[in-house]
Amino acid sequence: MENRGVIALEKINTGKKSTVRKTKETSHTGKLIKGIIFPVFLLVIWELAGLYGWVSDILLPRPSTIFVSFIDLLLTGNLLGHLEISLWRALGGFLIGGGLGLLLGLFVGFNKNMEQTLDPTLQMIRTIPHLAVIPLFILWFGFGETSKILLIAKGAFFPLYVNTFLGIRGVDSKLYAVAKVLKFSKWKQITLLILPAALPNILLGVRLSLGAAWLGLVAAELMGSSEGIGYLIMDARQFSQTSIVFVGIIIFAIFGKLSDSLVRYFERKLLKWQDNFQG
Amino acid sequence: MTLLEIKDLNKYFKKGKEKNHVLNDINLDVKKGEFVTIIGPSGCGKSTLLKAIAGLDNEYSGDIYLEDEIVTGTSRNQGFIFQEPRLFPWHTVEKNIAGNFSLKNPEIQQHVEKLIKLVRLDGYNKAFPKELSGGMAQRVAIARALLRNPKILLLDEPFGALDAFTRSHMQEALLYIWEEEKTSMVFVTHDIDEAVYLANKVVIMSARPGIIQKTISIDLPFPRKKTSTSFQELRTLVLNEFEKVEEFEGTYAEI
Repeated sequence: MENRGVIALEKINTGKKSTVRKTKETSHTGKLIKGIIFPVFLLVIWELAGLYGWVSDILLPRPSTIFVSFIDLLLTGNLLGHLEISLWRALGGFLIGGGLGLLLGLFVGFNKNMEQTLDPTLQMIRTIPHLAVIPLFILWFGFGETSKILLIAKGAFFPLYVNTFLGIRGVDSKLYAVAKVLKFSKWKQITLLILPAALPNILLGVRLSLGAAWLGLVAAELMGSSEGIGYLIMDARQFSQTSIVFVGIIIFAIFGKLSDSLVRYFERKLLKWQDNFQG
Repeated sequence: MTLLEIKDLNKYFKKGKEKNHVLNDINLDVKKGEFVTIIGPSGCGKSTLLKAIAGLDNEYSGDIYLEDEIVTGTSRNQGFIFQEPRLFPWHTVEKNIAGNFSLKNPEIQQHVEKLIKLVRLDGYNKAFPKELSGGMAQRVAIARALLRNPKILLLDEPFGALDAFTRSHMQEALLYIWEEEKTSMVFVTHDIDEAVYLANKVVIMSARPGIIQKTISIDLPFPRKKTSTSFQELRTLVLNEFEKVEEFEGTYAEI
């Protein structure tokens, strides 16, 4: 009797599993095509609009013109050098700000006392806009790398801090009761229950922090620098080289997307246990 | 031999100035290897009693002894099964069962393997909870409790959320586990059939204040048939007692 029931249960289950796999496989290339159709369509319209003179070439250069500028910069304009500088700034700022955000988020999340002491102050600092502190950072640290990296770090700090804190406080109290019944040590509670439960939030925090780091990078490089993609954009604006402005913007977009995809890759790897609505 | 002994247990819930007497002079013995079911209307304190035995709740007067030792908190001696499986969604079936023990330890690994076979989940070692049905997940929870070699397994309406078919299979599975492992069981339910089907002893509780109304021994051999006359007679006996409790409840509510 019981055997039959168990087998029946397992059959229902494996049936469900295989259908899920199938839809995943068929949608893989489909997803890529779906994602590409819209931008390609836009590019074609854009190129045609420039070609037939519907829009001014100075205000909105054609995609082909932008591409030529890109090759030109790559060969003669030290584009890679500027990119390297920008990447280091973003990475440095993200590591300092995001790392501190994660650490403080953990501390404050685990400790009620810490929360009461630190959180109100941090929340106050969080609401200060980037642009408002730029003059202060320039006065304190000059136009050098320090002020730039600190500005990026300030932006990257808060998303990770807030989300780590939320993740830790969002752990299901019913699972706490299980840990209590099973006699988990404090350490096992943290490693087996709290951190895994908080991981979705922490990874979301990483994504938002990376976004904030790119944002901070542009602000930092626009406020005055002699290298970097942001400088390239400012410099090109002064000489009305719109196509170079576009090259800079597109590079920001591409690297922003790449860094985001990297985190999402880890999300899929680490959070495959999640059972959420897939759309 | 008495395994669990509850002596003059009283518990109050305080709600503002009101004092609600949830458990009133509860005295109960559970013998080693015995299967006891507790049945009663909602609010009779049956779950509260179970939590007290588990050590999840220490705010009561009276004493609970497990093998002559007083219960002061949770321990590995008391396994607890909640109404929901409460598995950790980020761990595989085997890691959920192992919990705070390392699967790298060959002894634990073997024990986990044995328990997965016992609850008939062979091949599901590496599955995540989201891939399991409700009944399968609850069996993982039972295996997880058994890994700690509890002296007594406390089950708080464990099959309450399952459909009738799955519930019936789970009852069979639990009886099989009980016969194999010989762990004493205290099983809270509000299903009279379930209570009579599983137990050596049915404890009927009534509400406000929560008292033990009656204890009925079920001396039927296993495996039992729910359609047999002897089963039906005992079921009627329990049902009659239960209806008394319900009537009492009704008149109480009118006052």
